[in-house]
Amino acid sequence: MSTPNSFRTGPDESGHFGIFGGRYVAETLMPLILELERVYARCKADPFFQKELASFHTHYVGRPSPLYFAERITEKLGGAKIYFKRDELNHTGAHKVNNCLGQALVAKRMGKRHIIAETGAGQHGVATATVCARFDMECTVFMGAEDIERQKPNVERMRLLGATVHPVTSGSATLKDAMNEALRFWVAKAETHFYIIGTVAGPHPYPAMVRDFQSVIGIETRQQMMEAEGRLPDTLVACIGGGSNAMGLFHPFLDEPTVRIIGVEAGGYGIASGKHAASLTGGRPGVLHGNRTYLLQDDDGQIQEAHSISAGLDYPGIGPEHSWLHDMKRAEYVSITDDEALEAFQFCSRLEGIIPALEPSHALAHVMKIAPKLPKDHLLVMNMCGRGDKDLAAVLGHLAKRGRPI
Amino acid sequence: MTTRIAERFAALKAERRAGLVIFITAGDPDPKISLDILKGLPKAGADLIELGMPFTDPMADGPAIQAASQRALKAGMTLKKTLGLVRGFRETDKATPLVLMGYYNPIYIYGVDRFLDDALKAGVDGLIMVDMPPEEDAELCLPALRKGLAFIRLATPTTDDARLPRVLSNTSGFIYYVSITGITGTASADLKHIEQAVTRLKRVTPLPVAVGFGINTPDQAAAVARVADAAVVGTAVVKIIADHPKHPSETVAKTLAFIGDLAKGVRTARASA
Repeated sequence: MSTPNSFRTGPDESGHFGIFGGRYVAETLMPLILELERVYARCKADPFFQKELASFHTHYVGRPSPLYFAERITEKLGGAKIYFKRDELNHTGAHKVNNCLGQALVAKRMGKRHIIAETGAGQHGVATATVCARFDMECTVFMGAEDIERQKPNVERMRLLGATVHPVTSGSATLKDAMNEALRFWVAKAETHFYIIGTVAGPHPYPAMVRDFQSVIGIETRQQMMEAEGRLPDTLVACIGGGSNAMGLFHPFLDEPTVRIIGVEAGGYGIASGKHAASLTGGRPGVLHGNRTYLLQDDDGQIQEAHSISAGLDYPGIGPEHSWLHDMKRAEYVSITDDEALEAFQFCSRLEGIIPALEPSHALAHVMKIAPKLPKDHLLVMNMCGRGDKDLAAVLGHLAKRGRPI
Repeated sequence: MTTRIAERFAALKAERRAGLVIFITAGDPDPKISLDILKGLPKAGADLIELGMPFTDPMADGPAIQAASQRALKAGMTLKKTLGLVRGFRETDKATPLVLMGYYNPIYIYGVDRFLDDALKAGVDGLIMVDMPPEEDAELCLPALRKGLAFIRLATPTTDDARLPRVLSNTSGFIYYVSITGITGTASADLKHIEQAVTRLKRVTPLPVAVGFGINTPDQAAAVARVADAAVVGTAVVKIIADHPKHPSETVAKTLAFIGDLAKGVRTARASA
């Protein structure tokens, strides 16, 4: 495999990043996906669209999110200078809204006011329900019955925002099945409904479109770091389920050879246990949900259940561009266990007064491993992509079970 | 190139009737009962057989066929065993066309070339792939055609005139018209719509047109048989299998009896029209 001149030109016109990506969907959806590709290309090039998006970023989401020097964690770890990109301060409490806002504006251009979405932890569901309320769109969110039980407050938030939450009982009744069910529903309503996919996965153009909408994270980080330190960061760290917050942070830096890029997958009970959600570390390439990417699967090509303490990372696949960056060795991918993430959750809350979501707690746990060994002038940015209020009940339960009450 | 599909449609044409295509999921409810049903299909009146390859995440299927996949996987079904089932079927039937239907991932993991060779050897005549649109033809469709397997494409109500030529290119065996905008077994199609769609397809392709998704009763099958070259029934068959999981002989008998009723409808459709 030769190194390309740029890592930022993908996907090709057929939607592939190397062998990954593509459009593996039912014929019923193809005309719609092709139309979306055309409309999105127009939006991307349209200054009025970009201006409208930027205006909502400023006044509705609260962007730019700060780049915050985490001084006490830096001191405690005694190595690299650690910055948090504070996307947990966005309206709705996570990075998800960046993408929902963009896609809702695309849907508006297509004249569609019926929106569907899948959700695991409920963050993408809440962000979708939020923008639907704002733009007077009808919103249906597909959520695994298991996750509805685990994430009650988010279910109530979605309902309050006017969305219909559709429980999914098929398969394992979690995120993968919610996505299956959303796709099935979409097949039946393809002509009237717009599907807001929540991560950098699915058939082309979704992985590229969602990445573009999340790239605001990396673009801001770049500028903010130049202002703060006068140079580019040395290392970027972000957690990965499907990988949208990570791709948003990474993409603007892919062609900077001095920037080390690390994605952190959910290691669950550990890779060796087989109970994890680390597609790159513990899976292999396959085709699911419209794209080829690394998947957790058995020798017969049957998809396996993922496991993570974090419902937002509990998915057996990953965005195809990450699979490509992994194979090209442009980014490194590591994994963090449930226990390590829990420890980081407490660590950050106590030292910085920031309660992180369980998802970025995985990224922080990896920072805790590498930062002490790095020099003090090493600039490290971690994406704090969500806040942890939603996880409080679950975390308290886990800590009690482990005999470590707060 | 296997010739069973073309020969069967030629024979149906000579008989001036439409064909009945029956879908079952391989290994549902278990490999043994599934083989018994499979072997009984031609005699019960199935003119073509569509054998589903079980997959954990069947995105285009409704609850009944999802459950069939789950039952089969639980009973230990794999793609290799599905091909074994086809071999078992070919021991007693050399004439009935059999096509495999399903999703790409198990084939990708099996290895495309090895799969195509093994499928041909087992007696498979063609493939219907839900998640392989023409845009991805280089990957499976073209290699399948080169080896001599038919690649049967799905056309849908959302396939407009501009896109139709793309869908029809590299298609062989027959065209499968999906009569509803939706997943399997969730709605019934409007007959008028089916008739228009078949007419539209016939204008641009010499291939036979089979119509499926949403045909549940002998009457519906008969109505479709009046306007199309074949009617496909899947969900209604699978539901009968689901209803009798504990009594193997009863499952086989009830399933084949229902297929007999469907066949009667299809075979007399044009005579009674």
